[in-house]
Amino acid sequence: MNLLRELLESLRHFLATIGGTTLFLGRVLGQVPRALLRPGLIIEQVHNAGALSLVIIMTCGLFVGAVLGLQGYDLLQRFGSEDALGTAAGLALVKELGPVVTALLFAGRAGTALASEIGLMRATDQLTAMEMMAVDPIRRVVAPRFLGGVIAMPLLTAIFIAIGVFGVQVVGVQVFGVDAASFWSQMRASVGLDDITEGIIKGCVFGLACSLVAVYEGYTAFPTAEGVGRATTRTVVTSAVLTLILDYMLTALML
Amino acid sequence: MAQSAQTQPEVSQTPASDNLVEIRDVHYSVGTRPIFSGLSMTIPRGRITAVMGPSGTGKTTLLRLMTGQIKPDRGQILFDGLDVATLSRSDLFALRLRMGMLFQNGALLTDMDVFENVAFPLREHTNLPHSLIRNIVLTKLQAVGLRGAAQLMPAELSGGMARRVALARAMATDPEILIYDEPFTGLDPISMGMIVRLVRQMNYALGITSIVVSHDVEELAILADTSYIIAGGKVAAAGTFVELKDHGSEIVNQFMHGLADGPVPFHYPAPDYYEQLLADRS
Repeated sequence: MNLLRELLESLRHFLATIGGTTLFLGRVLGQVPRALLRPGLIIEQVHNAGALSLVIIMTCGLFVGAVLGLQGYDLLQRFGSEDALGTAAGLALVKELGPVVTALLFAGRAGTALASEIGLMRATDQLTAMEMMAVDPIRRVVAPRFLGGVIAMPLLTAIFIAIGVFGVQVVGVQVFGVDAASFWSQMRASVGLDDITEGIIKGCVFGLACSLVAVYEGYTAFPTAEGVGRATTRTVVTSAVLTLILDYMLTALML
Repeated sequence: MAQSAQTQPEVSQTPASDNLVEIRDVHYSVGTRPIFSGLSMTIPRGRITAVMGPSGTGKTTLLRLMTGQIKPDRGQILFDGLDVATLSRSDLFALRLRMGMLFQNGALLTDMDVFENVAFPLREHTNLPHSLIRNIVLTKLQAVGLRGAAQLMPAELSGGMARRVALARAMATDPEILIYDEPFTGLDPISMGMIVRLVRQMNYALGITSIVVSHDVEELAILADTSYIIAGGKVAAAGTFVELKDHGSEIVNQFMHGLADGPVPFHYPAPDYYEQLLADRS
């Protein structure tokens, strides 16, 4: 009986969160046109979410690519088709690994920064002070950060993929001696515009989802140190789960 | 007619009176706990009104009600004839342009320096040229004695300085009313004296209305023209400081003279002390 009650309570809470997030998204989107009138604020947030995430994105991209090179070469050479490393790595990075790993890293770096920043503004009455100055915090604080994340994510995805391909090339071509010409030509032949489009769409959707989760969790954080901490944790967990669910749905749609 | 006007949820049509704010029979609860049960008071124009009361009586809640951050369960809060609770968000924001509020912790925007904090409402609500904004900000900072701290970040300010910057920001748009939430808490005597002087100067030099919410009886005695003491969800006493000092009510007497014993208990409700100590802890 208790288990059933807890399950129902969890379901009710889940639905309430979905509803709250949807309404919040509506409020944010409603303020986007006015936020766009002040591009300086958005550029600042693209810098915060994007440029400040570059080091972690590039480092991880390089090592993900390198591991992909190692595993790919090991697998393909069993079938004597190590020349197909370019195809395998290119498709894996562009269609899946690039957008998904970038989103997970984005949630961990930029998402947590957004959630904790907005949550702390709530806890220290800065958002209330803005409201008292007749300034809508959704327009002044949330919308620019949301847009900054949405713009930065596809750019970070592209950079991750480019660095990842470089990592595969270093391991496959430079270390294991895969023929460079066949590596690049097979990659060019097999990675089509639709694959790149799929990667870009995923990057945009994940960027929207992760940015929304971060600003929502920050904005609705309980105004205490513990509340902000919980909001930050929830941002990472929810973003990661949501990214993987959305990835499955988008892949199924675009196959 | 008067009764029907009170039942109207829309904007009241009452002409401008001597009172800028009127609170009429306000009821407000948090969960099942009543905070106000029939609170009524008036805030006269151009005067300094103190709202006092023991901790936890809802002084800050009252400010939140007055500024439309929360809505009363019942009753009316009229700001210059406008029923705050019934205003749309845009009308509420328009009304807040006429208010300035000093938060207990200053609530400065931590990603901006002192200058930008004071300039913030001007940049958001006006299209004034940069040179004019600069002059206004420097004037306001000069008034609170912090022109030299314009380039400091909020983290570099002491508590008293942060509150003075917040005061400069609150008056940046020249509001009709300044609301101070516990302006003296945690300040050293020098900073406290400065804040008291500033509140008086703002009030008399600019002719604005001031509401000071605090429980610092000594400072409010110097400052306030009229005082209210809230207790038990209602106004326990109102009048000048001298009138309150000689008030017959037990609770007012306890508060004004800082007595430990009285209607406000020292102990939070709890089971019997000895029974709890001797109880089987297993």
